[in-house]
Amino acid sequence: MSVETFTPREFHRQAHDALGNPQIRANFRKAMDGLMSKRSDVFSDWDLETLRELGANIRLRALARLPDLLEQLEANCQANGIRVHWAENGDEACRIVREICQSHDATSVIKGKSMVSEEMHLNAHLEKAGIEALESDLGEYLVQLNEQTPSHIIMPAIHLNTDEISEILHDKTGTERSRDVDYMTAAARSQLRERFMAADVGISGVNFAVAETGTLCLVENEGNGRMTTTVPPVHIAVTGIEKVVEHLRDVPPLYALLTRSATGQHVTTYFNMISGPRQPDEHDGPEEVHLVLVDSGRSAIYQDDELLDTLRCIRCGACMNHCPVYTRVGGHTYGTTYPGPIGSILMPHMMGLEETRDLPTASSLCGACGEVCPVKIPIPDLLVRLRRESVGEGRGNVPGAGIKRSMKEVAAWKGFQWLATHPRAWRGSTALAGKLEALLPTRLGPWTEYRSAPKPAKTSLHALVKRHQTRKPDGEERS
Amino acid sequence: MSARDAILKRLRERADGPLSAPESDFSVVTNRGWSPAERLARFERWITSVHGEVIHTAQADWTQALAKVLADKGVRRLGLGREHPVAAEARAALADAEVELVDADRDIEGWQREQFDSLEAGLTSTRGAIAETGSLWLWPTPDEPRRLSLVPPIHIAVLDAETLEDTFFDVVEAHGWAGGMPTNALLISGPSKTADIEQTLAYGVHGPRELVVLVRHAEEVE
Repeated sequence: MSVETFTPREFHRQAHDALGNPQIRANFRKAMDGLMSKRSDVFSDWDLETLRELGANIRLRALARLPDLLEQLEANCQANGIRVHWAENGDEACRIVREICQSHDATSVIKGKSMVSEEMHLNAHLEKAGIEALESDLGEYLVQLNEQTPSHIIMPAIHLNTDEISEILHDKTGTERSRDVDYMTAAARSQLRERFMAADVGISGVNFAVAETGTLCLVENEGNGRMTTTVPPVHIAVTGIEKVVEHLRDVPPLYALLTRSATGQHVTTYFNMISGPRQPDEHDGPEEVHLVLVDSGRSAIYQDDELLDTLRCIRCGACMNHCPVYTRVGGHTYGTTYPGPIGSILMPHMMGLEETRDLPTASSLCGACGEVCPVKIPIPDLLVRLRRESVGEGRGNVPGAGIKRSMKEVAAWKGFQWLATHPRAWRGSTALAGKLEALLPTRLGPWTEYRSAPKPAKTSLHALVKRHQTRKPDGEERS
Repeated sequence: MSARDAILKRLRERADGPLSAPESDFSVVTNRGWSPAERLARFERWITSVHGEVIHTAQADWTQALAKVLADKGVRRLGLGREHPVAAEARAALADAEVELVDADRDIEGWQREQFDSLEAGLTSTRGAIAETGSLWLWPTPDEPRRLSLVPPIHIAVLDAETLEDTFFDVVEAHGWAGGMPTNALLISGPSKTADIEQTLAYGVHGPRELVVLVRHAEEVE
């Protein structure tokens, strides 16, 4: 299989390629259809609106008190024996993780699924320092074996089908070619069990960090998260600063929303709550637990009342599962760590609008993402806001704001605005346009790439109405 | 300025000004009002829907039920604690059985390979369970450490029917979790599973392949 590098700058070309790839389209279509119907089934006996309201409310409360909660989280983690580190950006976070590994002479790291570590490009960083980082989530493991990146935040290998996976395992690990999923799963199990035992450090993400108790919550099905956080002598958890919640009682509603929205499961196999390293009387568990809190643009998003809603996200992926664009072009097309609608409203802050200028337009604004979001993020509104920012009509709070501003376009809209607010000139010009139809341009930039150019009628609606009215005597009632 | 102070300063000096925190109404995740029978039915329906096995037994005969599970599954090496009544009673009942009892209350450094390679099942107590999702809740202890419910291919969990509660929220509130969390608290809802290969469900990927719940009833069963 060819390994390709994707970048958000090439969104249009990548989308074109993906749309022409029947395998990719079939793999995503099948998976997303399944996920959508499972989600709607699992919420069928719930008062979903009330639950979403509560979810949104818990996240808003956490954000409203964010600096205080981060300090409280830090204090309670420290009291529990968890060491807390802060990083301004991904590079700093990578350095912190590497230094912890080096202080233990670690050469081998086992990882549970962590999107923040993907965001930081942690594996590549560790590799450069001579530390091997192996993914243990089955999907992440397959993607890593295939030298790719995840194409979905919950199901990293969703772009691959059974035959492709069988081929990857055969090529890279020497298993038999087989379509038997149980056989392939068992093979990966035995390969990875050796690695769990040998690993010097385990690295995981965090789904919810509870300020009140200094507890790190991890949601998973496979048990690789528990292995990663239990078997190696050192556990490092990396997470974004927005993942904190205030109380332990805030966790059950968010967990209920997360599993149902993500995969249509009423619950995951494991909910793992870590509140400290191995104690003197305990017989297993890591001797050291570290928490790395990563900013990477989040505190900048935090400044703006509208953009703030981006930080409510609990990373369920429902917006991508329901997005007509994502479903057709797949996750790699976006060329960013987080693909789909959430990626399109998050990545511009992390990478700047110059790199990601096409992402806010990778949407038909159909509204499905906002409708299914478990914490009610108004994703379509945020996409529109970022479109405005990219043409310099926003508040300029996003890096690269104004990058798509074109003086030609500005002048055209200014002219249109003047015409549309001056009736006499409007009537004159529409009448003229009707007469000179043949001389009008048929190509209008990207607009006419997929549409035909507007064709003015020979007689304008205004003129037609006027003619119609003059035929009827005044005062006659029409229903 | 340290990264910590710089981040906190930016958050505190927010450009659009301070935010107000809304109050939360949690009634949607509590007040189910299920009877004990409904609770048990829901628990069983959910946990079996994800391949958990449920075996009902009278409190007095539970070790016989355990012995039968071990025999049926061909378990020859069982890991278990020592002090918890579940472990103590199991030890007494299985003293003359075929199955070899492996002490789980040992520092892992001395027996990691043995645990991974030769332990066929782990026996643990549970603190309770959640009807709404079919979940067991465990707080591992020095007697029954974290890995006992994770590493062996079969996890046998003992649950007392009267410890079932309606929702996760109810458990967190009723047992005052916020007042003192253990180093590790777990919800377990079935054996380990994955759907990472083209959405096809497979059990036993990293954790146990099988989860057997022995539900003990104070009254006679059947």
